[in-house]
Amino acid sequence: MTTQTVLEAVRDGLAEEMRRDATVWAVGEDLHIGGLYGQYRGLISEFGPDRIVASPISEAMIVSAGLGGALAGTRPVVEMRIADFALSAIDELVNQIAKARFMFGGQARVPVVVRLPQGMVTGSAAQHSQSLESWYVHVPGLVVLAPSTAADCKGLLKSAIRCEDPVIFIEPRAIWQNTGEIPEGDHCVPIGEARLVRKGGDVTVVTWSTMASVAHKAVEACVETGTDVELLDLRSLWPWDTGAVFASVKKTGRLLVVHEAVQVCGLGAEIVATVVENVHGDLCRPPRRLGAPRAPVPFSPPLEAAYRVSQQNIEQAIREMVAP
Amino acid sequence: MTDIDNNNERKRALALHRTMLSIRRFEEAAEIAQRDGEIPGTLHLSIGQEAVAAGVCSALEPADLITSTHRGHGHSIAKGASLSAMMAELFGRVTGTCKGKGGSMHIADFSAGMLGANGVVGGGLGIAVGAAQGLRVRGSEAVTACFFGDGAVNRGPFLESLNWAATFRLPVLFVCEDNGYAAFTETARLTAGAGPAARAESLGIQSMVVDGNDVLAVADAAAAMVERLRREGGPAFIHAQTYRLRGHTIADQGAYRDAERHSRQELRDPILLMRQRLTDWNLSQDVQRLQVEVETEIAAALVAAREAVFPEPASIYAEVQDIGAPA
Ligand SMILES: Cc1ncc(C[n+]2csc(CCOP(=O)(O)OP(=O)(O)O)c2C)c(N)n1
Ligand SMILES: [Mg+2]
Repeated sequence: MTTQTVLEAVRDGLAEEMRRDATVWAVGEDLHIGGLYGQYRGLISEFGPDRIVASPISEAMIVSAGLGGALAGTRPVVEMRIADFALSAIDELVNQIAKARFMFGGQARVPVVVRLPQGMVTGSAAQHSQSLESWYVHVPGLVVLAPSTAADCKGLLKSAIRCEDPVIFIEPRAIWQNTGEIPEGDHCVPIGEARLVRKGGDVTVVTWSTMASVAHKAVEACVETGTDVELLDLRSLWPWDTGAVFASVKKTGRLLVVHEAVQVCGLGAEIVATVVENVHGDLCRPPRRLGAPRAPVPFSPPLEAAYRVSQQNIEQAIREMVAP
Repeated sequence: MTDIDNNNERKRALALHRTMLSIRRFEEAAEIAQRDGEIPGTLHLSIGQEAVAAGVCSALEPADLITSTHRGHGHSIAKGASLSAMMAELFGRVTGTCKGKGGSMHIADFSAGMLGANGVVGGGLGIAVGAAQGLRVRGSEAVTACFFGDGAVNRGPFLESLNWAATFRLPVLFVCEDNGYAAFTETARLTAGAGPAARAESLGIQSMVVDGNDVLAVADAAAAMVERLRREGGPAFIHAQTYRLRGHTIADQGAYRDAERHSRQELRDPILLMRQRLTDWNLSQDVQRLQVEVETEIAAALVAAREAVFPEPASIYAEVQDIGAPA
């Protein structure tokens, strides 16, 4: 085991895959200096400018480079800088990448990883903070991942690069500097499996990405005051681990889904609906969702604080769910 | 002009004519089949524009790649896609190029280097440029050609793709197939500046304007450009000026078109022009032979399409994705 930040872990994960497979290459803005956050630092000197491609500000073309590159037999890793900017390439993501294999009757495989550093960081406001993972989960053809820990970010990035399907890889930009233990060797995390963060019997909390680290603190606080919370970090949003969620809900009878995205039509709605359709008999309380209000992310600190799903919000929701 | 003396030139001219005939007869047959209710959905026909597809693809090798548009039957045929698999695709059959999942607007034949028609105007430009970048990563010398309409030059991907290809000196041949109209609008009315080639030139991309109804002119231009791409890298740009003899879709009667221009253009049908030339070269017998050959192929493609089965409904779920596949 070594200890690394999320940022170091994903950088190493990409470098390992590029060493392993000469058809893996990365493309995005400012990659020659390591990308916006340094998640590509040092890679250009090892792999050269044809495999660490520093691109113009051309999101539609960056994503197209991924698709065209895949159709020509390579495995591109496409950097979107911040998730919000992927909206400038939504046609390429939804109309082209996601459908190419199906539309062409299976002639094409599209092993592209699209990296979306996502979520709120202080003062980033409405166009640099939003969480739109449920859009991508809605689109047939895409795999959607949203890990939170250093080990999972590395292990799932490596699995994503090896995946034959296009992967939307959502990265927890607010917690790049969180550290964690990384297993030695070729550490790949299987796609589609949730991580059991804490075992418990009273209430099931399901979450992902940055919220997993916030929820973890909330859960620890509740455990201290006697509530035995089970916490699942979903990690994979499509496919998501229905087995782990159903099993947990069967045990606890209570489900709280927490996400940073706007609550309305967020992925929480799908998870709650799926649980209700399948294991309603095991529920002793109505399931709950906790997400952002249906408003753009605001700028001013008090507005931002009111907008965020906080540790306190999560604790309160858990306590309400176990109240007699 | 009398006899054409060079044997290679003769072969080349006949091959180009044959490609144009295949496209024309394929689309005429599809047009009838659509009207008869055998082909679902609509069709965007390239009747009158065949010289662009035939000329450009004559400069390409099998390993070279192309991307195409919603009006892409000609590009596919010229790049070597199977006529019968294409016809079966239009008929929605399981033997189609895309197993009946794509239809006219998504025909692709990866075995022929044809990376797909596209239902989104301008959608193929970035894919072609990306493919060229992928080929570079793989150390391949192949070139990529990218067909798009005059309407696509007003969309953002046009600028993004050209700038990118020029910046990275990728061997991409951009082919603006200008048929005068973008759907029901005369494109020039809503396009600022001195035209597509001028836009490309402004980015330092070497460009040519050619008569897109003269298949030899297109073929010569493409051969020169592709040769340069292979030698020096790219990109390069061809603005091929042609004319759409049919409506935008099969349902469109073209009432918005200038009647005088239309009649003039009917006389400039690229197949008529080439047939006249071949006759002048004393090759009418070869032309007749080609017509019979093409007719036989189209008839066989129609029979095969009609006889083929439809896909099983369960195939909706196949080839969406392996991980997280729908159930
Ligand atoms: C992004 C987008 N906008 C609009 C359309 C609808 N549409 C399909 S073809 C077409 C005209 C395109 O004109 P041009 O690029 O000149 O190609 P042509 O049809 O003449 O071959 C339009 C507007 C579309 N398919 N995609
Ligand atoms: Mg047009």
